[in-house]
Amino acid sequence: MIVAEQKSLEEMKALISDAEKVLVLGCGTCVTVCFAGGEKETMIASSSLRMATKLDGKDIKIEHATVQRQCEWEYLDQVADQIKDADVVLSLGCGIGVQAIVERFPESWVVPGLNTTFLGLPSEQGVWVERCAACGECVLDITGGICPIARCSKSLMNGPCGGSEDGHCEIDKDVECAWQLIYDRLAAKGKLDSILKLQPPKDWSSSRDGGPRKIVRPDLRFINEELEE
Amino acid sequence: MENEKKEYLSGSSLERILRAGYFAVTGELGPPQNANPEVVRKKAKVLKGNCDAVNITDNQTAIVRMSSIGAGILAEQEGLEPIIQMTCRDRNRLAIQSDLLGAYALGMRNLLCLTGDHQAFGNHPTSKNVFDIDSLQLVKAVADMRDEKKFMSGDEFKSSEPRFLVGAAAAPFADPLDFRPYRLAKKIEAGANFIQTQLVYDLDAFEIYMKKVRELGLHEKAYILAGVGPLKSPMMAKYMKNNVPGILVPDELIERMTEAGAEWKGKKKKDMTKEEKRARSKAWKAEGIKICIDLVKDMQKIEGIAGVHIMAIEWESAVKEIVEGAGLYPRPVVEA
Repeated sequence: MIVAEQKSLEEMKALISDAEKVLVLGCGTCVTVCFAGGEKETMIASSSLRMATKLDGKDIKIEHATVQRQCEWEYLDQVADQIKDADVVLSLGCGIGVQAIVERFPESWVVPGLNTTFLGLPSEQGVWVERCAACGECVLDITGGICPIARCSKSLMNGPCGGSEDGHCEIDKDVECAWQLIYDRLAAKGKLDSILKLQPPKDWSSSRDGGPRKIVRPDLRFINEELEE
Repeated sequence: MENEKKEYLSGSSLERILRAGYFAVTGELGPPQNANPEVVRKKAKVLKGNCDAVNITDNQTAIVRMSSIGAGILAEQEGLEPIIQMTCRDRNRLAIQSDLLGAYALGMRNLLCLTGDHQAFGNHPTSKNVFDIDSLQLVKAVADMRDEKKFMSGDEFKSSEPRFLVGAAAAPFADPLDFRPYRLAKKIEAGANFIQTQLVYDLDAFEIYMKKVRELGLHEKAYILAGVGPLKSPMMAKYMKNNVPGILVPDELIERMTEAGAEWKGKKKKDMTKEEKRARSKAWKAEGIKICIDLVKDMQKIEGIAGVHIMAIEWESAVKEIVEGAGLYPRPVVEA
């Protein structure tokens, strides 16, 4: 899932300070399950902003709503009136949500209430960890299902470096050494051969380094065109 | 060595000395955090004649310093042979290759390929890192430039390919311990001609590592230089033991260091006069050098060790004492 966290109340307040009418818009997908921008968080954030702006002596009308997925226009259309009616939409969706609103409603002013942080999973109650860097060329087959691109601090393909100690990375004792994990897993599976080979330089062109990415699926487009006919 | 009868790879003085079978000595020179060439020249003068080549660090610990290539040229002007260090943290494959062409054109002949310390350690922790390639891929790239006359892209050099002696680092005691000799094997397979290890204080542990290295035949494929360095104080020894990944400091050495300052035992730093502090530090440092000399002597007896890499950054004068004390002075000259 996409993992995000809320900006501070102070930051959110600053983002809506010039508005008279604000819509706080939550999202029912990734940010709901990471408790950053779901229905509940959206309700709490809007009441907090209502109180905080009132205490500051400001009269800002703050409404809230939550759609199932901010990153798909059809869901945004369901709250089109509220979006158009607001001076500022404070999105509690991820960065994709913010941009989806901007693209669908170019006349609206949309600001981010979350910091979109990473692609990851909840490892325990209240803890989320990064697992994927969306590099566009998956290497998990080589490394036993543990990603060195997302989880090694240096994204090494021929790790571990000299900074691995007692299972953690030298940059922080709270960071696991991905290469220790890879080594342990491959050793247990009798598959160390896979990391004894020199891995060539990675092709980063499929990653962000190749410019903004796009996937076109002719098979699906064909169906759509047929439907349109 | 495999290429005994072949032409020199780079023709560097370090390569000639290693090829001739002398026990090599390399040192380390940390460039300054400013643009003053005199700092480099002064350090170079202290190191000259005491080692065969000197590593010029590349923004070590991710702190911005004069560039390795720039400082390397200054060191060479002082008659010291530089080993340019190149990390993958700050440059992508374009910048690395371009800098290597420049370095070679300016007369640099030895290169140590490193991944580089993470920027979180340094004075620009908010910077973006690169790590386009890693140290092993860099080793291969530099070896391929020389041997295959090819850029990383596969494009061929029409002429004047850079011909570096390619070095890499090894961390014998970092985790996962069992994998370390194999990672060294990977580096040598990628094309490393010489290896410099992380600081070694624990000879017993190092012997175990070297036994595996010999089993894998690695000492016959590359020159392995053991990393050594003088301890400055018992505190430094304990700090390294407890805080630096991949460095083992046996208690026996910590005791030797503590014992060296026994005269001032129990005295708190704030109760000591300047003279007392100076005397204690002198006593510690003298013992640190003695320990280092012992280590260098022991390294000469280990099969497969082709030399030592003495790391005495900001204490360059120690190198002369260590080299002399270990009976490795004067340094040999092998004509091209």
